[in-house]
Amino acid sequence: MTRPLLEIRHLVTQLRHEGKGWLPVVDDVSLRIDPGEVVGLVGESGCGKSMTAFSIMRLFPTPAARVASGQVLLKGRDLLALSADEMRQVRGAEVGMIFQDPSTFLDPLHTLGDQIAEPLRAHNIPGDPRARALELIDLMGLPDPPALARRYPHQVSGGQKQRALIATAMACSPSLLIADEPTTALDVTVQAQILDLMRDLRAKTGAAMLLITHDLGVVAEMCDRVYVMYAGKIVERNSTAQLFKSPRHPYTQGLLGSTLSLETSGRKLFAIPGSIPSATQMPAGCRFAPRCPIAADACRVATPELLPLDGGEAACHRLDQTAGDVWARTGEEARP
Amino acid sequence: MIDGLELSKEFPVGLGLFRGKAILRAVDRVSIHLEQGETVALVGESGSGKSTLGRMLLGLLPPTAGTVRYEGADLATLKGAAWRRYRSEVQAVFQDTSASLNPRRTVEDAVAASLIFNLGMRAGAARAETGRILDRVGLDPGEFARRYPHQLSGGQRQRVGLARALASRPRLLVADEPVSALDVSVRAQVLKLMIALQAQDNLAMLFITHDLGVARWIARRVVVMYLGGVVEEGPTEDVFANPRHPYTRALIAAAPMPDPARARPVRALKGEIPSPLAPPSGCRFHPRCPIARPICSTQIPERITLPGRSGPQPAGGHVAACHFAAEDQET
Repeated sequence: MTRPLLEIRHLVTQLRHEGKGWLPVVDDVSLRIDPGEVVGLVGESGCGKSMTAFSIMRLFPTPAARVASGQVLLKGRDLLALSADEMRQVRGAEVGMIFQDPSTFLDPLHTLGDQIAEPLRAHNIPGDPRARALELIDLMGLPDPPALARRYPHQVSGGQKQRALIATAMACSPSLLIADEPTTALDVTVQAQILDLMRDLRAKTGAAMLLITHDLGVVAEMCDRVYVMYAGKIVERNSTAQLFKSPRHPYTQGLLGSTLSLETSGRKLFAIPGSIPSATQMPAGCRFAPRCPIAADACRVATPELLPLDGGEAACHRLDQTAGDVWARTGEEARP
Repeated sequence: MIDGLELSKEFPVGLGLFRGKAILRAVDRVSIHLEQGETVALVGESGSGKSTLGRMLLGLLPPTAGTVRYEGADLATLKGAAWRRYRSEVQAVFQDTSASLNPRRTVEDAVAASLIFNLGMRAGAARAETGRILDRVGLDPGEFARRYPHQLSGGQRQRVGLARALASRPRLLVADEPVSALDVSVRAQVLKLMIALQAQDNLAMLFITHDLGVARWIARRVVVMYLGGVVEEGPTEDVFANPRHPYTRALIAAAPMPDPARARPVRALKGEIPSPLAPPSGCRFHPRCPIARPICSTQIPERITLPGRSGPQPAGGHVAACHFAAEDQET
């Protein structure tokens, strides 16, 4: 077995809720990424997928968040135990991160060239930062690197901004790139270009990627393995091929069945009833039980553990049952 | 039932203090037609003009040129009772419910306001009717009537948006990206609710979306827009099974499939959507088109009517605005 590049062990991240104290948004999450691997972390809003990424970087968008317990091992070194200075050496150099909205993370007052060169300077990477920035711009498939390096973020399109942001993240040749919904804000044709770029980068640099997304189409296209997250917990993980071929957790099945693709025509569309629970009203037992078509009494009492299955893992008390047929019945109303 | 004829919309855009104004042509001579009970999907990326077209049909934006006809009457000439009837029979549902619902109004008030304003109901009757409408959209009135928008989830807010639109007994719904902000599992619920309501009331629906999967699932006809113009339209199955405009093909190819066994077929389309302030000459798509020839940069393509799967088609057939739509194209 290869040594994992990143290994998250039993991570618990909490958010402070007024009057209710600290409540977990990431609850006992374990995840591993091997060198060069593209791993998907998929789930709906509020499931904790982005907070997992912020926990790895130890950067939270709000002071009301903290890692309560667990380990984040990068090449065996626990990032959670590092000092603030040591952590700064990791961010950008060993782990790069890109986000959904590049405008928020690019400084409007600096040229793209300066911003791409900035991490090279900050981490004292040998060589001429300007020359390397031009190389990076070229690597991102952007036309006319010298001209683009002189531009400010507002002078380029959304797709070009996202490419520039990827360039800053890849500047120091990190071994891991965390991409949080990198294409969600982009138009379909531009999204396809960015996905192609990320695939090229992986082939050229060998960097591993953690791709955080709600889009199962993007997962199918990009990832080697997938973790499915629901209400703060991993409910299923497997290779992408196996997970899409035979999803085992009722939530994964429901999610796949409620995804519309170009081939959905005539197929039944599942609808998962109810909505995602909030951290302040987390159901007891299995958190999916209130929405699950095959939930039994046991599901509302005991939290299911992840159990080995089909080469992956799933956390469900009812793995002997299949929710597929039940979901299919919910999809029976006729299509227009 | 509703017809948009050769609609154009131009917006003056300030370029800066001393550089004067430019004209942004958001929609350029687009015609669209909806029948009672029919769902048409209007598909396009940002800047395609799909929302602007929807707003013209809603009467929220006056067209710069062209006319909107509702039941045969020119919208620009409607006044008084006829105008009010149009405004209550043609309703909108928007993507961003946090902007389209008043944060200081309860669910009940939001729906009742439409009943009182559009149908002239008295407050008491409106209240009773509100309960019935909330039931229809799957919200228990006892639980939700007194809530404010911030006390609802995204899916619940969109149900309120639907309830409010349905309150005035519309015949046409213009839904602008109604499910784009919703999570996958909730999106399916709302889509199913929309088609159920549509069938019950025999509503016509213009469903504006950037999501081809949603368009294919919900609509019988699809209209594809690019940079203010219609590039292709026709029966949904014809357009998806046999797309004749290179842009439609590129859009279909770019959509990620939730199936790891099927790789996306071709490399992504090159370039980005040009600025609508300076649209390309000739065919608007030619700078990005993989099969462009010299004629494409000089001549605006005609709309070519194509044979459908079941032979030649009457009005509402499969049409593509490409010089080479009728030829075999390998891209």
